[in-house]
Amino acid sequence: MSRVLVGVKRVIDYAVKIRVKPDHSGVVTDGVKHSMNPFCEIAVEEAVKLKEKKFIKEVVAVSCGPTQVTETIRTALAMGCDRGIHVEVSGKDYEAMGPLQISKIFAALAKKEEASLVILGKQAIDDDCNQTGQMTAALLDWPQGTFASEVTIDGEKVKVVREIDGGLETIKISMPAVLTADLRLNTPRYATLPNIMKAKKKKIANMKPADLGVDEPPTRLAGVKVETVDDLVAKLKANGTI
Amino acid sequence: MALRGAVTRLLSNARKRAAVSASRAQGTAAASPAQNEAEVVAKKPVKAPKVQFNWRDALELDGLLTEEEVMIRDSFRTYCQEKLMPRIIMANRHEHFHREIVSEMGELGVLGPTIQGYGCAGTSYVAYGLIAREVERVDSGYRSVMSVQSSLVMHPINAYGTEEQKEKWLPRLARGEILGCFGLTEPNHGSDPAGMETKAKYNPSSSTFTISGAKTWITNSPVADIAVVWAKCEDGRIRGFILERGMKGLATPKIEGKFSLRASATGMILMDEVEVPQENMLPNVSGLAGPFGCLNNARYGIAWGALGAAEFCFHAARQYTLDRIQFGVPLARNQLMQKKMADMLTEITIGLQSCLALGRLIDDKKAAPEMISMLKRNSCGKSLDIARQARDMLGGNGIADEYHIIRHVMNLEAVNTYEGTHDIHALILGRAITGLQSFTVEK
Repeated sequence: MSRVLVGVKRVIDYAVKIRVKPDHSGVVTDGVKHSMNPFCEIAVEEAVKLKEKKFIKEVVAVSCGPTQVTETIRTALAMGCDRGIHVEVSGKDYEAMGPLQISKIFAALAKKEEASLVILGKQAIDDDCNQTGQMTAALLDWPQGTFASEVTIDGEKVKVVREIDGGLETIKISMPAVLTADLRLNTPRYATLPNIMKAKKKKIANMKPADLGVDEPPTRLAGVKVETVDDLVAKLKANGTI
Repeated sequence: MALRGAVTRLLSNARKRAAVSASRAQGTAAASPAQNEAEVVAKKPVKAPKVQFNWRDALELDGLLTEEEVMIRDSFRTYCQEKLMPRIIMANRHEHFHREIVSEMGELGVLGPTIQGYGCAGTSYVAYGLIAREVERVDSGYRSVMSVQSSLVMHPINAYGTEEQKEKWLPRLARGEILGCFGLTEPNHGSDPAGMETKAKYNPSSSTFTISGAKTWITNSPVADIAVVWAKCEDGRIRGFILERGMKGLATPKIEGKFSLRASATGMILMDEVEVPQENMLPNVSGLAGPFGCLNNARYGIAWGALGAAEFCFHAARQYTLDRIQFGVPLARNQLMQKKMADMLTEITIGLQSCLALGRLIDDKKAAPEMISMLKRNSCGKSLDIARQARDMLGGNGIADEYHIIRHVMNLEAVNTYEGTHDIHALILGRAITGLQSFTVEK
């Protein structure tokens, strides 16, 4: 039973003018328009396309965050995903959460749902980390096809054309695998009215990171600023990192 | 691109779940009762967060929509802005109708959206209104095309047709595979459809009707595949007939020299003894109730739509006056400009709220036609005025189609007139208010 997990992130809409909070603790998010990360839209579109071509049977949309992220999952359902999973993280935990946390959650879900593919956007437009896909693959010890501009399923293998600095690279990886979507992979569809209405009836399961055996994010420690590269190297040597 | 909008308000209004932080102690057994009491007394009353006025949605219309309606609105708005806006300047300038948009809208499922079954979405009337608003934000001509297909062609077939007719026509109309038009208005009978001269004569030997007459100001007719034509039968009753392109004696010439709704094709329907099979007659209605039922359906969409055009003009004028510097300050710094914008904001906001109220009434089957007349008239009249004001605010640039507003000014002249002129709707309301009709000179 071929199943694909697609990760979707709720981010501030790309067209919004970002404003910094007066206390400089972050950016203003209250009352600000949010939408699905554009690269996640491309990931959803690719997954739905694979299902339409009958390479896979089920597409599950996953998002981590507070209640509001169910809107984003609902959007993914309207685009054609079959069901959703909302991993609930809110408040300070949500603010402290980063790619490592998310990839642990995704890795656990991929195993639990017996997914053949995990498709993510290559990066989120708010933090531009470009880490979750790669970390998820590492945690699962699965092959990864990142910055995908073309995905073709060939039996038990996936042919991925990757957009890299030098041009295009074509690789063939075996499933199960993690893919991250780049801009030119496809053009996401507009959710049609009938699909938006069908999305209402699709199920969104709710769970906490603890249910997946993933612990709370560690409290983030303050960093130290140094003046020169030599200082940096010295400090790293001093605390045993290198 | 798919859905871009997400409304935080809807879900933040839902039950908020308490954030559990591992670092915060929940009150241990060691804490003394006295200590806890002191904490409770010392806690200040929680102040409600200050509400920020949002000029884009002054009375929080978004919060009154269902999640589904918001998604429909946002998805369709993205399509309109990305796929329709880029075409409109040239389409309007060169009077070219992009037939493709009908198929594109069909793919999105926005044609005949309130119809249940037959490949239609089956959404609420509020969703239909939101759809109309988004299309007309781009152009009233495009919205006219959509209104005709949905309310004036699909609706009569659905409401007054046989099961066979519905199966035969509705799915293809919904997909935008075929385009329809609505033939009621005649050269000599606009506001008084009862006086129509188009006749339908029944031929028992061939089970056909022979229809002769002329209809004018018909949106879509030059390129339509079918026409829902209203004609007077021998018993004096008006009935609806589905005419198909290719029938002998049927011609649909384009009306030239039109300076409104240029992006949509408008023409006549000329019928010279057209033989129409009996199966093409809509059997479940006779009299003017038929066309009026359709018109009311369309007028409701227009009430929302016109405000979409007004919103565009308001937003465009605001941006222009913020950008344009004269006498060392932005135009928006001037009182005359701000007063105009305040008036625009007020009328659009109030208009939209009334349209929402009406949409909910229609969905609950509690709406009367006069309500729709009232709001069609209000939205069209106010929007035309807003467009004209906005044009003025743009000065010389306001007459260039590059800035779009002049196109809305031109279009809204027609929108204010068709589907019942501003004055005719006033008479409909006047009759409802006083009980006295003032349409005709007789008592």
